[in-house]
Amino acid sequence: MAEEVVLLDFWPSMFGMRSRIALAEKGIKYEYKEEDLWNKSALLLQMNPVHKKIPVLIHNGKPVCESLIQVQYIDEVWHDKAPLLPSDPYQKATARFWADYVDKKIYDLGNRVWKTKGEEQATAKKEFIESLKLIEKELGDKPYFGGESLGYVDVAFIPFYSWFYAYEKCGNFNIEAECPKLIAWAKRCMQKESVAKSLADQQKVYDFVLQMKKHFGIE
Amino acid sequence: MAEEVVLLDFWPSPFGMRSRIALAEKGIKYEYKEEDLRNKSALLLQMNPVHKKIPVLIHNGKPVCESLIQVQYIDEVWHDKAPLLPSDPYQKATARFWADYVDKKMYDLGSRVWKTKGEEQATAKKEFIESLKLIEKELGDKPYFGGESLGYVDIAFIPFYSWFYAYEKCGNFSIEAECPKLIAWAKRCMQKESVAKSLPDQQKVYDFILQMKKHFGIE
Repeated sequence: MAEEVVLLDFWPSMFGMRSRIALAEKGIKYEYKEEDLWNKSALLLQMNPVHKKIPVLIHNGKPVCESLIQVQYIDEVWHDKAPLLPSDPYQKATARFWADYVDKKIYDLGNRVWKTKGEEQATAKKEFIESLKLIEKELGDKPYFGGESLGYVDVAFIPFYSWFYAYEKCGNFNIEAECPKLIAWAKRCMQKESVAKSLADQQKVYDFVLQMKKHFGIE
Repeated sequence: MAEEVVLLDFWPSPFGMRSRIALAEKGIKYEYKEEDLRNKSALLLQMNPVHKKIPVLIHNGKPVCESLIQVQYIDEVWHDKAPLLPSDPYQKATARFWADYVDKKMYDLGSRVWKTKGEEQATAKKEFIESLKLIEKELGDKPYFGGESLGYVDIAFIPFYSWFYAYEKCGNFSIEAECPKLIAWAKRCMQKESVAKSLPDQQKVYDFILQMKKHFGIE
């Protein structure tokens, strides 16, 4: 049966980028549909009535919502190529833990860096760097979080690299100076076509963040 | 090799209850260790240095953190009995979605019901009931979210039933009046030994909430 795969997405979304990378890693052809989040399509509202958010992966007409759930789904359906999760249950649990850490900590802390200023921003920057250092420690000397090849945690986290330039400009700090190993890892990931083609241009992301700041009245 | 399983937990935690139920469903003997969250043990801090939270599942000395990650781990390691997740990738993705919904919505909305009063509480109650109705709709006419037997979503959600009495007393409303099918499902789950033995007494939970309210200065 011909597979029909559609991804409802929004170009700067780190969450959407995860699914783009996973689909590319598996070599799956799909239709990318750009959503205007200020004017959500009927399709999006129908396919994700609970959260009304992107990304939504639609496989043969059936929606899968939430980016990490999509990545696991993609890994399980197209299991014969480029495995993203380890097969060992303990290693799988560890991978899930760190992807969850990215969601729980890094996303919110990164947001606070560009959304705040003064004292609040100083605190956000400090906590953000601390969280990056923690995940950098988890990487250790491995080329990827997944070991010798790109894995679940790499896919979960690398999209944030496209936002690092925006965080740095907004927060006036240098992530590479604090976490050189992490930046080396990010550049290594960017060498892969699946990642390079999936991540938004960092300057475009910064311009987008500036627009958002204006929109929300944040200087 | 003799399996050594330890669960660091806190008796009223709905998250801890999930792992208790999963372990009981699989018939796994384990050591339950009660943590005093105001005086966390050295073991807890060593086993979950990142979040310092319970529950922590320790299997042959290796920690697994985050309750839903633990339930999936338990399901994958002890896979020959009482499967909790479906084998079909799409059904699996759907189960993960609803467990994630419980985490994203139920916990926070329920917390707001007992932590607030007046207008704020009225809003919290309304949103909480709406979220319960949504998940009740997902249950439909199935005996369990997992179909004919207890599954991942049932385990993710049933612990909150032990808190319903406390929510109802604090918010002065009846959940059964609004969501009769959900309460019928909950009572059905409570018929199972794995659930009944894992959930604390609802009166005890209410007394605990009253203590917490006093502690936080909420009337």
